[in-house]
Amino acid sequence: MLERGYKMEIKSKKRIYPKEEVCIGCHLCEIYCILAHSGTKDLIKAFKRIDKPSPRVLVEEKEGYYITFALQCRHCDDPLCIKACITGAMHRDEKTGYIICDEEKCVGCWSCILVCPYGAIRRGENGRAVSKCDLCIEQGNPVCVENCPNEALELKDLEDLK
Amino acid sequence: MKYVIIGNSIASAGCIEGIRRVDSEGEILLVSNEPYHMYSRPLISYWLSKKVEDISYRPKDYYEKYRVNPILGKKVVQVDFESKEVILEDGEKINYDKLLIATGGKPFIPNISGLDKKNVFTFIKFDDVKEIDKVLFDGARVTVVGAGLSGLKAVEALIKRNCNVTVVELAGRVLSSILDEEGSRMVQERFEEEGVRFLLENSVSEILGEEKVEKISLKSSDILKTDMVIFAIGVVPNVDIFRGTQLKINRGILVNERMETSIPDVYSAGDVVESLDLLTNENRVIPILPNAYMQGEVAGLNMAGREVRYSGSFPMNSIGFFDMHIMSAGIVNPSSNVEIIKRIEPEKKVYRKLYIRDGKILGFMFINSIDRTGMIVDLMKNKIDISSFKERLLSDNFGFLDLPKEFRKEKILGV
Repeated sequence: MLERGYKMEIKSKKRIYPKEEVCIGCHLCEIYCILAHSGTKDLIKAFKRIDKPSPRVLVEEKEGYYITFALQCRHCDDPLCIKACITGAMHRDEKTGYIICDEEKCVGCWSCILVCPYGAIRRGENGRAVSKCDLCIEQGNPVCVENCPNEALELKDLEDLK
Repeated sequence: MKYVIIGNSIASAGCIEGIRRVDSEGEILLVSNEPYHMYSRPLISYWLSKKVEDISYRPKDYYEKYRVNPILGKKVVQVDFESKEVILEDGEKINYDKLLIATGGKPFIPNISGLDKKNVFTFIKFDDVKEIDKVLFDGARVTVVGAGLSGLKAVEALIKRNCNVTVVELAGRVLSSILDEEGSRMVQERFEEEGVRFLLENSVSEILGEEKVEKISLKSSDILKTDMVIFAIGVVPNVDIFRGTQLKINRGILVNERMETSIPDVYSAGDVVESLDLLTNENRVIPILPNAYMQGEVAGLNMAGREVRYSGSFPMNSIGFFDMHIMSAGIVNPSSNVEIIKRIEPEKKVYRKLYIRDGKILGFMFINSIDRTGMIVDLMKNKIDISSFKERLLSDNFGFLDLPKEFRKEKILGV
């Protein structure tokens, strides 16, 4: 129950920023992301799973260009995905302020994909529910940031930026 | 401060959540004529197809958590704007300081004879699908009237429930509000593969039968045997109890940018209002779910004293049928003076088409190529000149690397 005097104005305190100048396009962020969301710690098992999770981070690269960068959910202050969600699956975690999709509740209507201005939400494995960055809410720290070999991903504390 | 909300759907959720961002103290009272916990109407077709059991839009502890006092299953019969009172069907009067009217849409049903027969339904509310479910059986012959978004979602669910479905549609094609002819044809073909029969440029002129519906007669003079008829032609703003009052109503309730109506302290949001269409610069009813939430939220914030403006919107939809998925937004049947770019891969059933005017995207429709579409909606909303990268908009892999570097950096690093 909402305490009197407590206003429901919750925002994410963290966001990951990509640095395209130093990204080498190795896709390790995607691999670690898949592993972290696969329910196993074994990379081979994770990749052999038929319904292996889609990465929640997307490495953009384009033929003929020598730039790449990785992008995850921005955990927006004013998230359109939550407003467009037809089931209520997309919600803000009250403790962390992260935007999380309840994959059990999601029916895969992809309304969030229609409105996310960053293209950061993907259709998940088996096409049923969406797959999006949860800032590794269960692991503690985002594995994509921790395992980026060239420090092309940076987790910033948004309160420090202000 | 006492807030009263009429309605218990998406706009109401936006309003409650908007109010509670500003005011944690005020009393919120919500009245709905439906007896259910806040649920999502688009989920009724998923419920009917048995894909989901729980159609609630917010968790069970929602009212408690947001300190909302719900009065469910009671109809509002009148609002006395002078004495600021909402009057319920049992005579109870509820006074308000700020009121939100979020009565949504009601089904449009043509005025034909035989509507009172059993097994004639609409397709909007939870009760509609519960009633349909009670009489549905394997192999039932069902006629769905209307080949729009809700009509075709009903058809999909009925196919999954092993019914024989015939669709009667006044227009010459399906989904005419969100697709052009080419797109419509692809969708119709997908349904025909599932055994659905379409009777286009046709309508129901009479429902025949003793007690239950047995047959329908069509405008084409044909007689069709059917076990059930479902009307899913469209929705109109549910404004009946406000007609003849001083509340200004056109097709829907008129509101300003703060979602305030013509009467002080009375706000409105969702499928019952007319709001600004950013592409045509005209006010109109845009009955889509994200609008309802955003308008409700803007109303709630303003009701609680925080000045916020609703910036307007345009039609946009994301909808799937079987293994086919469609996204469309903006103007999809333009008159003239537009540049068209498109990509069609018939064997993969992929269709991507955009309308461009003065370097800006006016509208698009995508079938089976939908990833990252939100980026394109964002370019439309911000009226970005796409001339320098327009061919890339047709690619499945359109992304930030296709955008000018400064724009990309501002977008990604500036938030």
